[in-house]
Amino acid sequence: MTTLTQHAEQLSTTTLLRFATAGSVDDGKSTLVGRLLHDSKSVLTDQLEAVERASRSRGQEAPDLALLTDGLRAEREQGITIDVAYRYFATPRRRFILADTPGHVQYTRNMVTGASTAELAVVLVDARNGVVEQTRRHAAVAALLRVPHVVLAVNKMDLVDYAEPVFAAIAEEFTAYAASLGVPGWGSGGDPQENWCTAIPISALAGDNVVEPSANMDWYGGPTVLEHLETVPVSHDLTACHARFPVQYVIRPQTAEHPDYRGYAGQIAAGAFRVGETVTVLPSGRTSTVTAIDALGESVDIAWAPQSVTIRLADDIDISRGDLIAPADDAPAVTQDVEATVCHVADRPLTVGQRVLLKHTTRTVKAIVKDIPSRLTLDDLSQHPAPGRLVANDIGRVVVRTAEPLALDAYADSRRTGSFLLIDPSDGTTLSAGMAGASFAAVTDPAADDADAADDAEWDF
Amino acid sequence: MTTVATVSEGTGNPYALSHLDSLESEAVHIFREVAGEFERPVILFSGGKDSIVMLHLALKAFAPAPVPFALLHVDTGHNFPEVLEYRDRTVARHGLRLHVASVQEYIDAGKLRERRDGTRNPLQTVPLTEAIQQHRFDAVFGGGRRDEEKARAKERVFSLRDEFSQWDPRRQRPELWQLYNGRHAPGEHVRVFPISNWTELDVWQYIDREGIELPEIYFAHEREVFNRSGMWLTAGDWGGPKEDERVETRQVRYRTVGDMSCTGAVDSDATTLDAVIDEIAASRLTERGATRADDKMSEAAMEDRKREGYF
Repeated sequence: MTTLTQHAEQLSTTTLLRFATAGSVDDGKSTLVGRLLHDSKSVLTDQLEAVERASRSRGQEAPDLALLTDGLRAEREQGITIDVAYRYFATPRRRFILADTPGHVQYTRNMVTGASTAELAVVLVDARNGVVEQTRRHAAVAALLRVPHVVLAVNKMDLVDYAEPVFAAIAEEFTAYAASLGVPGWGSGGDPQENWCTAIPISALAGDNVVEPSANMDWYGGPTVLEHLETVPVSHDLTACHARFPVQYVIRPQTAEHPDYRGYAGQIAAGAFRVGETVTVLPSGRTSTVTAIDALGESVDIAWAPQSVTIRLADDIDISRGDLIAPADDAPAVTQDVEATVCHVADRPLTVGQRVLLKHTTRTVKAIVKDIPSRLTLDDLSQHPAPGRLVANDIGRVVVRTAEPLALDAYADSRRTGSFLLIDPSDGTTLSAGMAGASFAAVTDPAADDADAADDAEWDF
Repeated sequence: MTTVATVSEGTGNPYALSHLDSLESEAVHIFREVAGEFERPVILFSGGKDSIVMLHLALKAFAPAPVPFALLHVDTGHNFPEVLEYRDRTVARHGLRLHVASVQEYIDAGKLRERRDGTRNPLQTVPLTEAIQQHRFDAVFGGGRRDEEKARAKERVFSLRDEFSQWDPRRQRPELWQLYNGRHAPGEHVRVFPISNWTELDVWQYIDREGIELPEIYFAHEREVFNRSGMWLTAGDWGGPKEDERVETRQVRYRTVGDMSCTGAVDSDATTLDAVIDEIAASRLTERGATRADDKMSEAAMEDRKREGYF
């Protein structure tokens, strides 16, 4: 048992990592998730008993760990996973929120849902099959969604005699594919921790390199999956981020105690804000100075993403929900013409000419789909021009005209202020998940790519 | 002025938030989203630790202004007196408005029938959904956590309910980034779960950090209890013990606070917050597995109740 001091110590050093798993039906995702939960001692006795009971009643001899994660009646009856589920586990170093995304037919929208809030994605590969279409699709979605870290978990190493060359070949093929997505260099540095992708040879069934280092693969010198999850960085270099503060709500108590208090409440979307800083309010373009930052009861002189705070300004200017506060010398341009990549998540299609609502940060505006210039095939990253419409799970480029100006960043610069939803105004259905700006580079001509690989920093398809 | 004192040390990055700060920040964001987008939100408040934490978060989210929401308590008629006393004291202290939907009144009026097993938790659904319709609440905050139960693990932060308050897991909206979609038709409403991503231990650690007061029944005390289906239930007028059940005095505490007829106590000598946290950190049983009879009725008990409109 821990003592009071240990509690205090643990609280100040424990951080939170949100990650997502991606994998197709038979590559052992449930086993990996079950293994992570089980070996980190996050499955409690009554949950395990329930799984054992259910497995027995179905005539299975061993407890089926997939039953830990299939929460709905229909899922258990059909033995499939319908929807993203969220799981929680902890080690003394970190808390984890796992978006457990099913690998079935609706894979793209499910993975987009899971990946949108993830700091890391685990892409599973069956060592016997190597990099397959599904692997490329998962890697492409992780790259598209700008998930900062990817773990390539080469599973079922026990079935290939724990052979290093098998692992090395898969890792190399995956890295080459990642390069074709334009991701190397993104987040890379001298520190291997900062590399986009980390490949780990595992056997989820036997437990090799999941929580415990494998005795069968002494040729592998890297971290186990859990060790990597515990140490991967979760915060970003604030000096490289454009500071952004979408106003959520205006706090005006108008009480005897606080007759003149007027604070702009919100969650810092990116970067940091300081007292004394000159800021611009968009879309009006008025400037003012930050006089105070209230961080949930404490007055502070600096606050950063993703803290929820209340900002007070020197001037009593007209600011309301939907406005964006940014540093005066680093404010985004406002626009009514949005070019973006969207993943279509609804069963009804998105068509050219359709009237929609666009929800961006705390602002929802009317909009019209002006054009759908292309649809992307994730398998080979090829584009189909002018498809006219997008259906469920399609990813495509769109051009949207909004009724009011938006302070929109490129998704590549800010996942929070570069993302938006398209919503059906008739019944509120979420239609598409949007990412503003250019997307990633598809390699259509390898020779041409070699020629300008050096300045191939553009993400476009 | 100070910089935030909760900068996480030992992670190599001074700008990493501690896990409690991340969870708090996310929950406050959710409260403010609802305040910004809905007309008539309400917080479900039972006097249990999860709803107490929710109220605390709401107080912080809108300070120094008052919480812009009323509270709604579904009173089963079998609530612990200490909890009702806590509820009323809290409401008075923060100058809040409280609506009470009473299961007992529904039973007395013949609109609900007592179950043979005496459990009133499933009976809460009708008074809850009728109160939502009657007051035209369009957003209803609940303290549900995804770690509690596997059907809850599938729940969205913003969960759209139809005019019958029904939950349809197959028709949930994908929830992307922090862009919560709360659009709904008249008559429909949205259940909102700001502490979805918290675990039981997070809740207790947060209560400890923030110095939040709780009803005494969460701490070890002597109580007259009897054993039914492996759970220690409080003896009382609500319907226990039966003839073949024997009352004894034990030192116990509660991990959850619900209806007396289905909420079990656990043997404990944890009389302080630290002792409680140690006990939970070492426990090999989930909160609901240890103390909730209604979840044991079937493998899909929670899912079925949620479909009907339970929170």
